[in-house]
Amino acid sequence: MWAFLGSDCMFFATLIATYLIYKGRDKVGPFPHGPEGVLDIPYTSVSAFVLLMSSVMMVLALAAIQQGKMRAFRAWLLATAGLGAVFLAGQVFEFSYFAMHNGLTLATNLFGATFFVTTGFHGTHVTIGVLWLLGLAVMSYWKSWGPERALDVELAGLYWHFVDIVWIVVFTMLYLVP
Amino acid sequence: MSSEPHAIPAAHTEAGHEHHPGPAVYVMIGVILLILTVIEVGAYYVEALRAIPFGLVTVLLTLMVIKFVLVVLFFMHLKFDNRLFAGLFTVPLLVATAILIALLALTGALYLSGVDVISATPATTGH
Repeated sequence: MWAFLGSDCMFFATLIATYLIYKGRDKVGPFPHGPEGVLDIPYTSVSAFVLLMSSVMMVLALAAIQQGKMRAFRAWLLATAGLGAVFLAGQVFEFSYFAMHNGLTLATNLFGATFFVTTGFHGTHVTIGVLWLLGLAVMSYWKSWGPERALDVELAGLYWHFVDIVWIVVFTMLYLVP
Repeated sequence: MSSEPHAIPAAHTEAGHEHHPGPAVYVMIGVILLILTVIEVGAYYVEALRAIPFGLVTVLLTLMVIKFVLVVLFFMHLKFDNRLFAGLFTVPLLVATAILIALLALTGALYLSGVDVISATPATTGH
């Protein structure tokens, strides 16, 4: 899993690099920042907070299963998946708003193309993570899991935390850096 | 549903896998991450930082790195795991960072942001 995450680091680094390379080169809008900038920092701050808290819940889920507290484990796991779903809903709303109100799509300009590819791939990773966590929760009920399955949860946790740290970088580089 | 099964003893570890911190530490790290995020967003609106050359970018990147390291070390347990895992993750991360910086420099992206990398002087044209 660590080797995979290392490779995924390089994958997202190329996407972020592409965004930064083309940043500021658009001749036509919409633009990310400025008087008519489309990026909503307060809104995205909330989604960043949601993902950070989901990481806390994920690690609490791992601690719970390691301690044999299976009810707490399932509760934290479902809470993590829930917050991940909330994040995804926020992303869907944001993308839809950009498309319908700002006219920003993949094909609009360089900003649109690089922004949607980067955040879209991140959203795809989050979606896979949510499905993975829900699968773990179902399996833990179905197969009566115990602490001996902690490694399975830890591996899923590594993937989930990686998704979170990617968003830490994306939020800063794409949204905050002017 | 099964009764609560026997927990893994606190001292139990796999090879090279030290004892993990408890929930209190995780919550504390979470609070720290939250505070850092608030500071990060707050810095975005501080006009004085924008007036300082590279002030805002420096603050944002510093906070980003701190948050990144906290999650990797504590939530992903890299601080307590085998050094091999640190190598498997850190080496590609460093390579990725180096390639990102190189691409930005080679394509003039750093130039457009106001920094002429080649001559190390502020750009006279661009955004």
